[in-house]
Amino acid sequence: MIRQHLPALQVILPLLAAPTCLLLRRAGLAWLFATVVGFATFAIAILLLRQVLSQGDIAYAMGGWSAPWGIQYYVDPVSALVLLIVSGISAVVLPYAARSVAQEIPSERRCVFYTLFLLCLAGMLGIAITGDAFNLFVFLEISSLSSYALISMGQDRRALTSSYQYLIMGTIGATFILIGVGLLYVMTGTLNMQDLAQRLPAVATTRTIHTAFAFLVVGLSLKLALFPLHLWLPNAYTFAPSVVTTFLAATATKVALYALLRFVFTIFGAEYAFNTMPLGPTLLLLALLGLFVASAVAIFQENIKRILAYSSVAQIGYMILGISFATVTGVSAGILHLFNHALMKGALFMAVGAIFLRTGSMQLQHLAGIGRRMPWTMAAVVIGGLSLIGVPLTVGFISKWYLIQAALERGWWPVAVLVLIGSLLALVYVWRILEAAYFDAPAKPDAHIKEAPLSLLIPTWALVLANIYFGIDTSLTVGVARQAAGLLLGVQP
Amino acid sequence: MSQALLLQGVLALPLLAAVLIVISGRSPNVREGVTLISAAGLFALVISLAPPVVDGARPALTLAEPFPGLPLVLELEPLGLLFALVASFLWIITSIYSIGYMRAHHEAHQTRFYACFAVALSAAMGVAFAGNMLTLFVAYEVLTLSTYPLVTHAGSDEAKRAGRVYLGLLMSTSMGFLLLAMVWTWSISGTLDFNPGGILRGKAGNTVLSILFVLYVFGIGKAALMPFHRWLPAAMVAPTPVSALLHAVAVVKAGVFTILKVCVYVFGLETVTTLAATQWLLYLAGATIVLASLVAMTKDNLKARLAYSTISQLSYVILGALLATQTAVIGSAMHIAMHAFGKITLFFCAGAVLVATHKTEVSDMRGLGRRMPITMAAFFIGSLSIIGLPPMGGTWSKWFLVLGTLEAQQMLLLGVLMLSSLLNIAYLLPVPVRGFFSKPKDELADGVKEAPLPCLIAIVITALGCMALFIYPEPLYRLSNLILSA
Repeated sequence: MIRQHLPALQVILPLLAAPTCLLLRRAGLAWLFATVVGFATFAIAILLLRQVLSQGDIAYAMGGWSAPWGIQYYVDPVSALVLLIVSGISAVVLPYAARSVAQEIPSERRCVFYTLFLLCLAGMLGIAITGDAFNLFVFLEISSLSSYALISMGQDRRALTSSYQYLIMGTIGATFILIGVGLLYVMTGTLNMQDLAQRLPAVATTRTIHTAFAFLVVGLSLKLALFPLHLWLPNAYTFAPSVVTTFLAATATKVALYALLRFVFTIFGAEYAFNTMPLGPTLLLLALLGLFVASAVAIFQENIKRILAYSSVAQIGYMILGISFATVTGVSAGILHLFNHALMKGALFMAVGAIFLRTGSMQLQHLAGIGRRMPWTMAAVVIGGLSLIGVPLTVGFISKWYLIQAALERGWWPVAVLVLIGSLLALVYVWRILEAAYFDAPAKPDAHIKEAPLSLLIPTWALVLANIYFGIDTSLTVGVARQAAGLLLGVQP
Repeated sequence: MSQALLLQGVLALPLLAAVLIVISGRSPNVREGVTLISAAGLFALVISLAPPVVDGARPALTLAEPFPGLPLVLELEPLGLLFALVASFLWIITSIYSIGYMRAHHEAHQTRFYACFAVALSAAMGVAFAGNMLTLFVAYEVLTLSTYPLVTHAGSDEAKRAGRVYLGLLMSTSMGFLLLAMVWTWSISGTLDFNPGGILRGKAGNTVLSILFVLYVFGIGKAALMPFHRWLPAAMVAPTPVSALLHAVAVVKAGVFTILKVCVYVFGLETVTTLAATQWLLYLAGATIVLASLVAMTKDNLKARLAYSTISQLSYVILGALLATQTAVIGSAMHIAMHAFGKITLFFCAGAVLVATHKTEVSDMRGLGRRMPITMAAFFIGSLSIIGLPPMGGTWSKWFLVLGTLEAQQMLLLGVLMLSSLLNIAYLLPVPVRGFFSKPKDELADGVKEAPLPCLIAIVITALGCMALFIYPEPLYRLSNLILSA
C-alpha cells in the first residue's frame, strides 16, 4: 500500500513537514523533526531507486487523475539518481545543522530556518520526480524562493544583497522557463512531458518552438549557473550560512541541470537539440570557457568559500561539457559528475563550515596553523580537495576518466587536454588552501581553537568516505549513469 | 596461504605499519620497533613470493573494479619482483639508518615521518605488483602524494617552495600526459593489461602510437627525463633518509620501472623499435645522461650533486628500455638494482657527514676521511659502483647496456655511455679522494667523529651489497632474463 505511494510521499512528506516545523516553536524540536523527515525522504529515495532498477520506470498519477489531465510523477533512473543525491545530502546535512545553525542563526529564526530548509528540499525533490513541465516550474519556484530566504539568513550583512542579486537573476531565469513552458503549451496543448515529447516533432520546425527552446535553455542555464550566467553564485555561496551553502552547492545547481537534461533530451529530444538547434557547440564553448575562467578566478580568491564557489562554476563546466558531447559516454560522464561533485563539494563545504564554527573566519590568512589544531577537519579538506582535483581512488578520478574517454571517442583530443589542464588549475587552488592550513604559522597563537565537535565531524566524514567508496566501487553510480544516459539519448546501452 | 593473498599482504603490511606507527607515536622506541619489524616482515613476504615466479607462476588478485572491464588488480611478475625485492630490502636498512639520523639530527614530527614512509613503501609495492596500467597509475599517484609530506618535512618556506615544484611537476606530468595516454590506450585497444607482446601492436598507425609513446615517456615524470627533471633536485630539501630510499630508490625507480613496463608490456619491444619517436627519445635520454652529469659537476652541495647524478643514471634505464633489445632490457632491469645500492650508499654517507659535521658542501669535506674513515670508504665504494668499475655491482648493468647499444648499432649512444662514465669519475671520486688525501680545513673541529652507530651499520651493509652484487649477480640476472622469456 505505502510502497505504491512512495513517489507521492517523496515530495509530500517534506512539504507537509515544513509548516509543522514552524508550529513546533522550539528550535531543538524543529531540528529533530526535520532530521527525521530528512532521513525518511532518503529512505524513500533508496526504495524508489531499487524499485526502478529492478522493475523499471514508475508512473504515478497524482490524486488518481491520470495523465495527461492530471499531474504525473515519473521516476526513471535519471530522476531516481537525483532524488537519491538530494535526499542523501539533506540527510547528511541536517544532523550537521544542529551545531552550525545554533551558532550562525539567532534562536528566534531557527524554526523558520528548518521550515525553509524542508520547503527547499521538497521543491528540489519535486523537480526531480515530476513528469509535468508546469509542475516542474512550480517546484522550481518553491525551492528558489525558499533558498533566497535561506541565503539571506547569513550573518554577514552582505548576505542580504547577495540574496537579492540571486533573487533577481533567479527570477529572470524562472520567468524565461515559464515563457518557454507557456509557448510549448500553446503549440501542443499539453504539459505532460511524455505527451510533449510525442507532439513536439509535428510542430518542431516552427519559430515558436525554436523560441521556446531558447528561453528554456537560457532560463535553466541561469539557474544552474552556467558561465557566463553564474554571477549570482559566488556571492550567494560565500555569504549564506554554512549549512545552506553546503546544501545548495551540493544540490541546487544539480537539480537545475537535471531539469535541463529533461527538457533537452526527454521533451525536445537529442536530435532536435543537437542537430536542428546548435546546442552542442554552444554548450561546449561555454563549458570550456567556464572551466578556465572560473578556475583561474578561484586561484586568486582569498576567501575559502569563494574559492570553492568559483570551483563549483568550473565543475558545472565539466558536467555541461559531458552533456554537450551528446553521446552515451559523454552524457553519462555528465550525470556521473553531477552525482560525484555533490559528494565532493558537500564534504568540502561541511569541513569549511566546521572551520568557520571554530575560527569565525573564512579568510585564507586566518587559516594558518589550522592543520595542527583541527587535524580531522583538515584531513577531510585534503581528501575532498584531492577528489576535486581528480586523484585516483576518489570520485573525481572516475568523472575525469569518463569525460576524457568521451572526448577521445568523439576524436576531440584537444578537449581532453583542456579537461586535464582544468584539473591542474584545481590542483593550484586546492593547494593554496592546504599550504595556508599546514605551512603558515598562526599570527597569534589561539590556544582556544580546537577540533570541531563530533556532530560536525561525523556527517563530514560520512561524505568524505562516500568520496572514496564511490571512487572505488562504481557499480551503482556508473551503472545508473550509463542506463540514464542511454535512456535520455534513446539508445540501449 | 595462497600466493594471491600474500600479494595483498605485501600492500597491507606497510599500511598496517603506518597505523601502528601513528598509534605508538608517543613512545619512539616502540614506534621505531614497529618500523623495523614491518620492514623485515615485508622483505620476508616479498622473498617468499620469489620461488613461484621463478617457476613461472603468475598469481593475480583482483581488488576492485572501478570501471567495467577494467579492474584494480595485482599480479606477480619478474620485473615487479625485482623492484619490490630491492625496495623492501633497502627499507630495512634505511629504517636502521633513520633511527640514528633522525635522533642525532633532532628532527621534529618523527611520527609523521615514519608513517608517511610506510605508506610510500606500500605505494611502491603497489607499483611493483600492479597487474595493469590503471593499478600502476593509482599506486604511482599515491606514491607522489605520500612522499609530499616527507619532502616538505621541514615546514620552512624553502620546503614549501620545493614541495610546489615536486608536486606540480609530478602531478602535471602524470595527470596531463600519463592519464591521457592511458585513457587513449584504453579507448583504442579496450584493455590496459600487461601483456608480454604488448597490447597496442597494430591497433593504430605509427604516428598515433608515436604520440602515445611520447605521452607515456614524459607522463612518467618520476623517471626524471629532461626537461621534466626539476622536481628531483627540489626534493633534496627532505631529510636524508628520504632522499636515500625514496629519491634514489623507491620513487625514481618506480618511474623507470614504469617506463620499462610500458615498453615491454604495453607497446611490446618489437613495436618500440619501429616507432618514429623512439630514436628521438633515445637521443633525449642520451642528452639527459650527459647534461645531468655536467650539471652535477658544477654542484658544490653534495646532495644536489647526487640528485643530478641520479637523473643521469635514471636515463641509463630509460635508454636500455628504449633500445628494446633483449640485452639492453636486462641491463636496464639490473641497473635498477645496481644503481639503488650504489646511490643509497652515497646518500647515507652524505647524511652521515651532515649529522657528524653539519657540512653540506663538497668543498668543506676535505680531509674528512681521517675523521670519518668508514663513511668515506663507503662513499668510495658506492662511487665505483655508480661509475661501473669492478669489483662493484654497477659493472654488470653497464656491461649489458653497452652490449645493448652495440646490438642496436647505436654507436653515438655507446659514446654517450663511455663519456658519462668518465664524467661520473670526475664528479664522484673527488669527494673521497680529497677526503683522504687533502689537508683538512682549519675549522674542522677536533670533536668530529663518525656518525651514530645505526647510520654506520646501514652504510656498511649497502656498501658490502655493492660488492656482493658484483660477485653474485646471478639471481638478478635470472630474474631479468625471465622478463622476456615469459
